[in-house]
Amino acid sequence: MLGWEFPPFISGGLGTACFGLTRAMSELGHEVIFVLPQAIAENANAEHVQLRSPTPAQIARAERSTFTRYFPAGMTNVEVRSVPSSLRPYDRPGDEQVRTTTITRVGADGTMEEVVVNENGEEVSAADQPTSVIDHGKPASGSGHYGGDMFFEVHRYAKLAVEIALSETFDVIHAHDWMTYAAGIAVAAATGKPLVVHVHSTEFDRSGEHVNQRIYDIERQGVHAADKAIAVSMLTRGILLSRYAADPSKVEVVYNAIDKNGGVAEPPPSIRRDEKIVLFLGRITMQKGPEYFLMAAKKVLEYEPETRFIMAGSGDMIRSSIELAAELGIGHKVMFPGFLRGDDVTRVFQMADLYVMPSVSEPFGIAPLEALSNDVPVIISKQSGVSEILSHVLKVDFWDVNEMANKIIAVLRHPPLRAALREHGTFEVRRLTWKESARGCVDVYQAAIARRS
Amino acid sequence: MASVCFYFQVHQPYRLRRYSIFDTVSNYFDDAKNAEICRKVANKCYLPANQCIYDLIKLHEGRFRVSYALTGVVMDQFASYMPEVLDSFKRLADTGCVEFIAETYYHSLSFLYSRDEFREQIRMQQDRIHELFGQRSSVFRNTELIYNNEVAAAAAELGYKAIICEGADHLLGYRSPNYVYRPPNADIKVLLKNYRLSDDIAFRFGNRGWSEWPLTAEKFAGWVNDVNGDGFTVNLFMDYETLGEHQWADTGIFDFLYHMPGQVLKQGNDFKTPGEVADSYEVVGEYDAHHLISWADTERDLSAWLGNAMQSNALTEIYKLEGAVKAKNDPVLLSDWRRLQTSDHFYYMCTKYFADGDVHKYFNPYESPYDSYINFMNVLDNIQSRAK
Repeated sequence: MLGWEFPPFISGGLGTACFGLTRAMSELGHEVIFVLPQAIAENANAEHVQLRSPTPAQIARAERSTFTRYFPAGMTNVEVRSVPSSLRPYDRPGDEQVRTTTITRVGADGTMEEVVVNENGEEVSAADQPTSVIDHGKPASGSGHYGGDMFFEVHRYAKLAVEIALSETFDVIHAHDWMTYAAGIAVAAATGKPLVVHVHSTEFDRSGEHVNQRIYDIERQGVHAADKAIAVSMLTRGILLSRYAADPSKVEVVYNAIDKNGGVAEPPPSIRRDEKIVLFLGRITMQKGPEYFLMAAKKVLEYEPETRFIMAGSGDMIRSSIELAAELGIGHKVMFPGFLRGDDVTRVFQMADLYVMPSVSEPFGIAPLEALSNDVPVIISKQSGVSEILSHVLKVDFWDVNEMANKIIAVLRHPPLRAALREHGTFEVRRLTWKESARGCVDVYQAAIARRS
Repeated sequence: MASVCFYFQVHQPYRLRRYSIFDTVSNYFDDAKNAEICRKVANKCYLPANQCIYDLIKLHEGRFRVSYALTGVVMDQFASYMPEVLDSFKRLADTGCVEFIAETYYHSLSFLYSRDEFREQIRMQQDRIHELFGQRSSVFRNTELIYNNEVAAAAAELGYKAIICEGADHLLGYRSPNYVYRPPNADIKVLLKNYRLSDDIAFRFGNRGWSEWPLTAEKFAGWVNDVNGDGFTVNLFMDYETLGEHQWADTGIFDFLYHMPGQVLKQGNDFKTPGEVADSYEVVGEYDAHHLISWADTERDLSAWLGNAMQSNALTEIYKLEGAVKAKNDPVLLSDWRRLQTSDHFYYMCTKYFADGDVHKYFNPYESPYDSYINFMNVLDNIQSRAK
């Protein structure tokens, strides 16, 4: 498995999916060797883990040593081989300029503080600012330079993956999203094993029509070189067929899932206010439709003024979103707590009366499942893969701001609607388990192996 | 001799248009869609079925007889969109072989929430039936055969000699639905739907996976004849839309309908309307319904209309407005409020089988039960503001 992010290094759905799938595979008795690109943390004991890129000296040191090898707790059949790499799942070429923004952070007790964050929403201490957080050990220079560096990283990772692969025995290669496709292809070529690529999102989802040609080429190459491709929804499968000319007989759909981990019985927030809370949780990027959320918020507030909107997440549109909220005159009703993880996510769900995912293009969307498993009613855009498998949620077109506001108001106004959505939604989400998804992947593996023989 | 008693429910709701919280005008109904559905169903079902039944009455010289319950709202829609359907019902009424059954004008659940409204709506429907067909009904049936001893008593109090309801297994036990019963608390005859034979036509007729497929007129007439020795009457109660709409013409449903009466008569059995059944046969026992039943789904209960918090909330809220709406003395407001009482609006909010995509979904103009609740509550909000 060429994958991403193991706890606590999880910044989005991709890591959650890799982790959930791998754990379920292990439970089903399948052995997984997980090749994990792992940044080298300079101060690993920091409370808010900041992923640091390794310096060339560190990389060299790491490459000389054997790859870090460990067995994650609770997964008997999984062995993780982490390889030093500066790749991160949501990086994009051209991200070299680190901008910082001042945002308001809401604490667990409702207190607020102003903090400085970079454009990924990660907190930056004042001392860090001069030396940018994402410093790839190269002198700061033009974007082309950095872009080149990123593609170089993709190939270096591939090389390291091949080295690991040659010393292991396995039946099938499973590569998650574009940055690992090159590694998948290389390992397949070196070992003759069948390749399965898992498409969690495409360049069209992330960038609309402004695709990065090199990323598109890598994605296309991966999908075509693979023996089988897994799409996270029919929506994504459709994109692979129409935009990547994928062979329809190769592409299968395996939906993501969620594991309810018993749920930590935290007491509700001490300040249970008269205000209702509507939550946006996700990367604040074009793909996630933050501006539609804000425009709907504006309309909702005209009817339900006692409402607060929380936009939790990081991303390149965080600044423009803060500006838009101010322009709409609702800045005081919208809070940007930055990127949340772990208990903070649970806490914000427990505060929320409603979760909204207005994504413009969402291959799947795990966050609504998290909301439902936290008993929060959900509105999702029809342009999401997850809407293919959820019935007991409200659905809107992302651009239909009026309808979004209409539905938000209805949920806020009518307790019976919230009750019905919660009751049925919780039940529905319980059927979506990673074990089921893992079984789907195993079926695809078998088909991929059969194609070779 | 066994009597076959046909009773057809004829109903179409006034479907709501998309009504958002931002809407302020008080036209709530989707006229274009209602007209379109009315015309479509008229051409597929009402007109050909009425013609077929008219032909059968003529062919068998009055020995073929049927009954209908037409809701007020379907008669209104025929008048607006398809007057020729009303004409064809008038022609049927003129044969003297067709009985019209009483029910609430708005096909509502008013019995459960307001007895005044319940009685008023029955009176309205009866006036309309009289105006159109020159008849007064002697038999009553409540919306979707919602029934218990109380409903029977209320119908008896209004002077009806019989009431139509579901022959529920858990109330009948070993007994047969093919007799006439009475409730423990009132003097009225109860006619029970034979759901097996009714559903053979209404649900299973076109199902090629059914072991009895294809159902021929001869075979069905044989099943009717088998009742002799354990019953007097086979009560075939169903939606009229079964003919041509639920079971499309290409299933052969009209051929079946056309040939079945001849086969039934040939074996010495006959056809009676519900009123004639009540006049012809004595009560053999008690049908004791303490809890509400209906003819819906396998549960035969009210969960299709009152199964979740949204449905009970919407129903409670609409009947809360009764006093305010009536005090306004505004006939348009009153009519709007009453059209919202039609049970279909609450049926659309049913979450029971929503995820399985079954019959509930087929008849639902909304994408989800939640959308239908939101829409309904937005309309109700506007009605409320008009009633202030």
